[in-house]
Amino acid sequence: MSERITRDEVIHVARLARLDLSDAEIDEFAHQMSDILDHAADIEALDVGDIEPTSHPLPMVNVFRADERRPSLDRDEVLGVAPAEQDGQFRVPPILGEER
Amino acid sequence: MSPHEPTLPDEWELVVGLEVHVELATRTKLFCGCANEFSTDPNTNVCPVCLGLPGSLPVMNGKAVDYAMKLGRALGCEVHGSVMARKNYFYPDMAKDYQTTQYDKPTSMDGELVLSDGAVVGIERAHIEEDAGKTTHIGGGGRINDAMFSLVDYNRAGVPLVEVVSRPDIRTIDHAKAYVNELRDILLAIEVSDAKMEEGSMRVDANVSVRPVGSEELRTRCELKNINSVRSMGRAIEYEAQRHVDLYNSGEAPRQETRHWDEDGGRSTPGRSKEDADDYRYFQEPDLVPLEPSAADVAAIDASLPVLPAARRARLADLSGVGPDVLSTVVERGQDGLALDAIEAGADADKVLTRLQNDVAVDDWSNLTPPLLAALIRMETSGELTATQAKQVLSDMVESGGDPATIASGRGFEAMESNELEGLVDQLIADNPDEWIRFTSGDDGEQKKMQGFFTGQIMKATNGQADGRAIAQLLAAKGS
Repeated sequence: MSERITRDEVIHVARLARLDLSDAEIDEFAHQMSDILDHAADIEALDVGDIEPTSHPLPMVNVFRADERRPSLDRDEVLGVAPAEQDGQFRVPPILGEER
Repeated sequence: MSPHEPTLPDEWELVVGLEVHVELATRTKLFCGCANEFSTDPNTNVCPVCLGLPGSLPVMNGKAVDYAMKLGRALGCEVHGSVMARKNYFYPDMAKDYQTTQYDKPTSMDGELVLSDGAVVGIERAHIEEDAGKTTHIGGGGRINDAMFSLVDYNRAGVPLVEVVSRPDIRTIDHAKAYVNELRDILLAIEVSDAKMEEGSMRVDANVSVRPVGSEELRTRCELKNINSVRSMGRAIEYEAQRHVDLYNSGEAPRQETRHWDEDGGRSTPGRSKEDADDYRYFQEPDLVPLEPSAADVAAIDASLPVLPAARRARLADLSGVGPDVLSTVVERGQDGLALDAIEAGADADKVLTRLQNDVAVDDWSNLTPPLLAALIRMETSGELTATQAKQVLSDMVESGGDPATIASGRGFEAMESNELEGLVDQLIADNPDEWIRFTSGDDGEQKKMQGFFTGQIMKATNGQADGRAIAQLLAAKGS
């Protein structure tokens, strides 16, 4: 069976997820992801026209909380577990060329 | 269209759609109990949920959903069942590495916004999402591409937003401005946001493209970000549209991208090119259940809506003949209730509205009650007070209260008897025969000029106490 996912697609998805894959891994994931899509294709072949899409595994809607304040965390404690901090803020490496 | 409306070359048409992010005025964030409030002390309103710590779970703020549905209905949208989705991206303003938003099933769809001049802009959708944290780039002049590192404050992360997306129905900069103003007025009227652009509780992105006049195509658009005021938006759209026209005219084409508006430099610069929607790998948020408002829920929302600005303007328009500018100013200031009551009390509607627009541009007009305003307008329409005098009396009434008759007599405003005025006019005609002939037999321009001359002379002789309209009537009667 021909592969549904190309090496280029794996490289693209890996870049989106900031993953650095070796050549061997790229081949391996191209295979695995194609297998997953093959499985999805089997399901796609079934007639599910009468079945409501499952939006959530639990038969539950409208779970809300009241708009009431709860204590926030202590900042020193929070920043204490961060790799780097400065002036009460998280300090992160430069975000090169990736403005949102 | 205002006389200052900047225009593209004749053969080009502007096409604009606006995306407005509105911060909802809830007490707490969208998915946790941290305070939803602006704080200069960074990372003080944070908890495991909004920091995306492992094992934490979001719970939807019911108030935020109420507010979002209220806004949807105020925009005439269908409000129906919706689900939350994850929008995946890597950027440190969200510690979770995804933003919880709505994708293919937003809360509100297919509405419209009626602008003050009656133009209608379609609303494609209004969806619920969470805000991101704030990043500050240090080094390299604060520019993201050259920064040495960045600092992140998550106080804003998780603050509830509604993103209102218009259809690309806007064709002029004035309409873009009117759209933002109208949306702000609605937000204030339904009390779901403080809608302050300068404080970031209302943020506008503009999708701009151009096309040849007569064409219905939608050409490549650019999304402008970093717009901080209505005025800045006008400049940004104008610049961007002209940039597109210039590109097309030189045989090139713009490319679809997000651009950053530089207010000081008066230009837009490229940001990152827009990732394909698929690259965000949207999928349904497994940690939150669907929102399924019942018909009764939606009916309750509808019942809770106040009369909206467009309807309030229409109510005044039915009673008067003033222009849309006057109506929107009076409604924007919340003076329409006062105006309606004064008109109800028998005052001339046009006069009430124009007096309010021109002469009551103050924050506090609580001294002005409907009966007092009506009494003043009656004194003006009956000729007891001239326009200038009425203006002065009104200013005193707003300032320190009191009834117009007392204030007028206190200021020594005695209405001129009409026969007294007529005597003055006769005298003036006798003293200036040449000017009178030019008034009676000159062309339109000449007549206007001489009317100005005679009116000026009479005003001078009466220290401005004469009624301009009465003078005009007398001159017209005597000249015919």
